[in-house]
Amino acid sequence: MSRFAKIVRLDQNTVKTLSETYRLGHRDEIKYAYRSGRGLTEKLVTDLSARKNEPLWMREYRLKAFAVYNKMPLPNFGGDLSLIKWDEIFYYLKPIEKTGKTWKEVPDAIRKTFEKIGVPQAEREMLGGAKVQYDSEVIYGSLRRSLAAKGVVFLGMDEGLAQYPELVKQYFGTIVPLSDNKLAVLNSAVWSGGSFIYIPKGVEVGLPLQAYFRINAENAGQFERTLIIADEGSKVHYVEGCSAPAYSSGSLHAAVVEIIVKKGARVQYTTVQNWYRNVFNLVTKRAWVEEEGEMRWIDGNLGSRLTMKYPACILAGRKARGETLSIAMAGEGQHQDAGAKMIHLAPETTSQIISKSISKNGGRATYRGMVKINKGAKGAKSKVVCDALILDGASRSDTYPTNIILENDVSLEHEATVSKVGEEQLFYLMSRGLSEHEAEAMIVNGFLEPVMKQIPLEYAVEMNRLVELEMEGSVG
Amino acid sequence: MALLVKGLKVKIGNKEVLGGVSLAVASGEVVALMGPNGSGKSTLALALMGHPSYEITDGSVDLDGGDMMTATPDERSRAGLFLAVQYPVSIPGVSVREALLASLRARGESVSALEVKKRIEAEAAELAIDEELLKRSLNEGFSGGEKKKMEILQMRILAPKYAILDETDSGLDIDALKIVATGAAFMAKKKQTGILVITHYQRLLKYLKPDRVLVMKQGRIAKEGGLELVVELEKSGYKQYE
Repeated sequence: MSRFAKIVRLDQNTVKTLSETYRLGHRDEIKYAYRSGRGLTEKLVTDLSARKNEPLWMREYRLKAFAVYNKMPLPNFGGDLSLIKWDEIFYYLKPIEKTGKTWKEVPDAIRKTFEKIGVPQAEREMLGGAKVQYDSEVIYGSLRRSLAAKGVVFLGMDEGLAQYPELVKQYFGTIVPLSDNKLAVLNSAVWSGGSFIYIPKGVEVGLPLQAYFRINAENAGQFERTLIIADEGSKVHYVEGCSAPAYSSGSLHAAVVEIIVKKGARVQYTTVQNWYRNVFNLVTKRAWVEEEGEMRWIDGNLGSRLTMKYPACILAGRKARGETLSIAMAGEGQHQDAGAKMIHLAPETTSQIISKSISKNGGRATYRGMVKINKGAKGAKSKVVCDALILDGASRSDTYPTNIILENDVSLEHEATVSKVGEEQLFYLMSRGLSEHEAEAMIVNGFLEPVMKQIPLEYAVEMNRLVELEMEGSVG
Repeated sequence: MALLVKGLKVKIGNKEVLGGVSLAVASGEVVALMGPNGSGKSTLALALMGHPSYEITDGSVDLDGGDMMTATPDERSRAGLFLAVQYPVSIPGVSVREALLASLRARGESVSALEVKKRIEAEAAELAIDEELLKRSLNEGFSGGEKKKMEILQMRILAPKYAILDETDSGLDIDALKIVATGAAFMAKKKQTGILVITHYQRLLKYLKPDRVLVMKQGRIAKEGGLELVVELEKSGYKQYE
């Protein structure tokens, strides 16, 4: 790419070099309370359920999923899944016996990792509650007393199942059905951890609730399951972050997130995905939005080897609104296959998808999106904007939009642009004194600006920082 | 102290565009470079700033005793060279404030964002630039005149030792022209900036009085003189230089 001389490229394909720009690539030496063997068997599924003392219906649900999983083919779109070594993976890794209620209860090595990530600090300063998952289990959780007093429930999914079995049974698997896709089915068979949230009618949770997911073991499988129920007129902002050590062999993260947004409720779900570049991140996220409810996905994908994720909104009630703001950055050896789905079922529903992707150093960024307006969704409106920026000749960007319109009297706008960082832009900024790297970073930040300004400040800062770290990896 | 160019030969692809240009601009001096279209004026400007499409095959460029031949554009900028380009490109999502703050910091100046904002606003008032433009993406949707004024604003903030103004007068109405020319003249007089001003027309030089005038013809300096050369060109045109 060098057109201005004096550029030193990083050595290709060495984990060591890559991990130098990845701040969270260390691993903790801990003794696990329990580790399953490698590979997935029916016995593992029954053992897992027994260890968790689950109700019979959940055990049967898992076994049914396991049976479907064995028959179902992998998705025939997206990235290269043939690289996943399914039989090498540990499907259940329990780090410690009990979820801590204070950080003191968390073993030192693990606590230090989360201090490095910044979770306890954020919790003190700006969060309404936090959940921390380490490999397969939630190892720490908190919720401000004031929120608990209002009836807000924020538990690990396993705790949720134990304490609110009826509520879980009522909604679990209703938004993402058991046989939805192979990865969601896998999650249904071996799910462990994740968050269970219930916001009572009319309660507005001012501070975000945050979950942080850390993979520590090599060849780990992390299959958290999250269920959020926002009752009528309530409001909540849920945030998740993630990271993993710099191993050479891959881990698998296959989560399922189901959200129910009841009448007039507002839910925002922000993800800052910063997996190490060996993680396969194959996630199913979907929200059901009732009358005048609002669902907003903010999805930042910066890490992982392959991400396939298309947060969806099913707009089921009149005037329901769905929105996805997506930022993807694909560097060396990365494929970000991301996007959104908006399904309009009811009249006057509105949706918006804004996607910004950047590819560099041979990375590949794919936008894959769907807008479907069903019969009966009169007056529905949808707007899709997807912009791609390609930083060099070795990188790639693809756009796969699908629009299915089955109703008249609707409006759908679609804009897509693909641009390359031009030599003239770089020259112009360099002629004002910026190095090539600084000039490129400035052009990238400018490109992301329209989305960044819509993201809550703290998370925009975090995403900007990660983008900058990624950019540092591209030029010396 | 001077910007010294000696025997500069420049190729674009396989074509030689400059066939050995020599010139000098001293501190505080205003030198006009005139000549017909295609005579190589803009090529000279871009080659001096280190544009990668222009390959220097022979000659030397020296800024206050420092050799610029192998320097990248940003190194030339930080050494004190500035080019007000003929066609400023737009940088979506980046305001002139952000760009200038980064430029100043790249020079090692420890300025605050607020200080820079104030300096920019003061310069904008001086140059009659609408404040609204300061917040917008740099050069995006700007008129020709607005772009040129914004180049001069950047020059004034960066306070270079030597500035090349490449047809900064084109696209300006007479009021804007006066403002831009006075702004540049101020830099030469008060800040001792050496200015190489590239133009086709006499009108800019009424307000930005050059100490010397050079005329280019087919990639070489064909004539050198004083203001009388400008008057002569205005009368008889560039025919003899084509």
